[in-house]
Amino acid sequence: MGSSIIQAVIDGVLTGGVYALMAAGLTLIFGVMDIINIAQGIFVILGAYLSYALSVHAGIDPFLGLFITIPALFLIGIGVEWGFIRRLKEGDRTAMSILVTYAVSIIIEGVLNVSFSVNYVQIHAWYVNRSVHLFGFYLPYIYLFGFAMAAVLLIAIYALLYRTRFGASVRASLQDRTAARLVGIDVRRVSTICFGLGVAVTAAGGMVFGATNAFNASTSYDLISRLLAIVILGGLGSMGGALGAAVFMLVLEDVVAVVWSPVWATAVFFAALVVVLSVRPAGLFGRQVARAQ
Amino acid sequence: MSAGAKSSTEAYVSDTGVSTGRRSAIAAAWLVFGALLLVFPILFSNPTVTTIAVFTLIYMTAATAWNGFAGYSGYIPLGHAVFFGVGAYTMALVSLHLNLQGGYEMFALVPLAGVAAAVIAVPFGLIALRTRRHTFVVITIAVFFIVQLLAFNLGFTQGSSGVQVATPLWTAASFNDRFYYAALVILLIAVLVSWGIRRSRFGLQLLAIRDDEDRARGLGVKVQRVKLLGFVLSGVTVGMVGALYAFFIGQIYPQFAFDPLFDVTIALMAFFGGLGTISGPLLGALILEPLQQYLTLQYSVGSLYLIIYGALFLIVILTMPRGIIPTIGDRLAMRRAERLGREESPSAAPVSPPVEVAPFSGAAR
Amino acid sequence: MSALLEVEGVSKSFGGLRALSLCSLSVQRGSIAGLIGPNGSGKTTLFNVVTGYVRPDAGSVTFDEKSITGARPDEVFALGLGRTFQLTRIFARLTVLENMLVATQRNEGWLRSIMRAAASPAEQRRAMELLDFVGLARLSATKAGTLSYGQRKLLELAYVLVADPAVILLDEPAGGVNPTLINEIRERIVALNREGKTFLVVEHNMEFVMGLCHQVTVMHQGSAIVSGTPDVVRADPRVLDAYLGGGEEEDRDDVAVG
Repeated sequence: MGSSIIQAVIDGVLTGGVYALMAAGLTLIFGVMDIINIAQGIFVILGAYLSYALSVHAGIDPFLGLFITIPALFLIGIGVEWGFIRRLKEGDRTAMSILVTYAVSIIIEGVLNVSFSVNYVQIHAWYVNRSVHLFGFYLPYIYLFGFAMAAVLLIAIYALLYRTRFGASVRASLQDRTAARLVGIDVRRVSTICFGLGVAVTAAGGMVFGATNAFNASTSYDLISRLLAIVILGGLGSMGGALGAAVFMLVLEDVVAVVWSPVWATAVFFAALVVVLSVRPAGLFGRQVARAQ
Repeated sequence: MSAGAKSSTEAYVSDTGVSTGRRSAIAAAWLVFGALLLVFPILFSNPTVTTIAVFTLIYMTAATAWNGFAGYSGYIPLGHAVFFGVGAYTMALVSLHLNLQGGYEMFALVPLAGVAAAVIAVPFGLIALRTRRHTFVVITIAVFFIVQLLAFNLGFTQGSSGVQVATPLWTAASFNDRFYYAALVILLIAVLVSWGIRRSRFGLQLLAIRDDEDRARGLGVKVQRVKLLGFVLSGVTVGMVGALYAFFIGQIYPQFAFDPLFDVTIALMAFFGGLGTISGPLLGALILEPLQQYLTLQYSVGSLYLIIYGALFLIVILTMPRGIIPTIGDRLAMRRAERLGREESPSAAPVSPPVEVAPFSGAAR
Repeated sequence: MSALLEVEGVSKSFGGLRALSLCSLSVQRGSIAGLIGPNGSGKTTLFNVVTGYVRPDAGSVTFDEKSITGARPDEVFALGLGRTFQLTRIFARLTVLENMLVATQRNEGWLRSIMRAAASPAEQRRAMELLDFVGLARLSATKAGTLSYGQRKLLELAYVLVADPAVILLDEPAGGVNPTLINEIRERIVALNREGKTFLVVEHNMEFVMGLCHQVTVMHQGSAIVSGTPDVVRADPRVLDAYLGGGEEEDRDDVAVG
């Protein structure tokens, strides 16, 4: 029992890293643009299907395929921002963006159903079903590789945000859009690029997700609700919060699956969110808003 | 601004003058609409048509109830499928345990389903409504998934094998008609409630919360209580149509009673017709539900309607973010204002059109 | 003469920033009191503490001999303390009249609030009277979002009056308003004061404050440093110091406003 809990914690941390990557994209978009991208879940699935198609039809290794799928999803993200989100009025952007991205989401879901059918598929590669055996624990290669990739990409995002001029303008926009505009930052361009980046990370997340789970287009509902739970728990717009919450939630879920039952693990995942929010309405790491504003 | 202020005394007077005439036109339109709904099953007896009609009435009711909270308060819930499912399961399980055989007495369970929905709605609302608007959306989605999971896994719901509901022994010819009129009664109640809310001070408080919640609180509005009440009222109605749906379908499964698309569908209907108006959700459901039923019947691929729905939704939000009814209403008002401006004082600046940022416009149209 | 509103030793910090430190102030019944001071001196925070929007770290607020320290905004409002906001906060998508009616709802059961029409004829009449008083009656059917800035200030004043509060706190009633409307606002305040209403006014416009108020308090770095009649305050050297020197750099830019 004890060692299976440790195994569950290890699994939780490793998968949590991938969720952290996908959630980081979501929270980046929210932080900069005040937009909740409901389509993030279907973008993950789209990324998974792209990797799947490349590996099945072209024989391209899923990790190598990322050099195609990440730019592809970046472009799709930019297209969605430019085509729809940019056209929303400033006043009710947050509410309207939920509906717009929901609409985008069901369109993509329909297209995926038509092109790939509703049968479940999974990405295969030599490392998907093999594990390393270490100190009595099984570490599946795909978890290790996925975690490493997520870590690299998260560090890359961090470096982009904190070590570049572009990053400085993103952070300025994160803090205050109006103020950023006043100091001459092209907030619209920053927004478009951030949306693209936020979506692009789903290609990587989706590839690992698709290799570790059987999926079809409607799997996106489960995914988006998990990702939303993570970013809300971490405090909307907070990168560090999203990382912490992702690992926390996945570890919690995996441990519950072991000590109680896999059936209720998902319920505990959402119940944790509900409990935390009834105590701290702004999330674990979010700033509590003052009553005045 | 100053030009508007100068001529506003006359404008106010003539405006009320016009609106009396307009008001009777609107009343007449409602009467014709009601009469058409009343005689519809007499005009069309084809069971395929009446089946679609029953579903349409169910969605008109659900969209009206959703709008009665979302449209007035500005909070967008995406977990109303919880109430729909709770209503459906109440109908199925209670009739099962009471060993009901599927006669008229089944309809008596519909109000009970409303009560069950209220029992769920109170704790749901208490938790979700403490948070800010966009967090609220996410919590409603999270609660939805929890409840769906419970339906799949709790013993008494019989999990994914679903629950059979007693089928009435009515003749095929009159079968749909009875459900049609039962649904029509619930719709009537929902519309009256929505209309009553809009005219009550409770409704005014909801609208004030939509515009500036903190300010409303500062002026003495009990915002938590008002929001919770609106949320519960809306959930009760959705629970009632959920029960009717279960009875009509004759068998329920967790994935259909708790359908993630349910909320998108009713939200789209309300937005499409006009959020915050009475006729908007009715019109939205009246157009979209038959369309969806037709597409599902016509093309066995269910995915096609996803694409069409999504595309329609995008077009509506981007071209008329306030929905059909308010957009048309504004066009008419603007034309009238222009005409008035020309007739009264050709030199005066045109009366400013009632173009405002928001997809809300208040009164029933 | 008795103090209707009494603030004693109130302190409030936001993170590391000390917005109020041991601030005391008293407003006499039936007077018009002014509150001035450089930007960032804590005037609006003090307003927020008094009206329940911000909870003080220390100190007490007494209104009509009852403690209202830490009470909620709606409780404070129900006791008879109304306020307006620096950036006006009206319900933009409701009509002017509906805006007024929102303020009339106090302490009723939820069932009654559903069953009752939005406003009784008497309440509507009262609302229209007040709109007439501030000169907005003819705009009662327009959406409040289409009003000009000054008209919004008047509307805010009117709907604070609906509840007939004993004390009215005005946060920059003249800020950003054209001179004609400033005079209109001043006249309304004086008229209401003659009927017995007490005022506490935060304002940058010196001329407005000095011409209107019986008593002026100057705030600096979170404390009240001088209090007295306009003439006394004008002559006090500490006031000039507060505006010109001693403060943080950011304060200096705002001297021109006064």
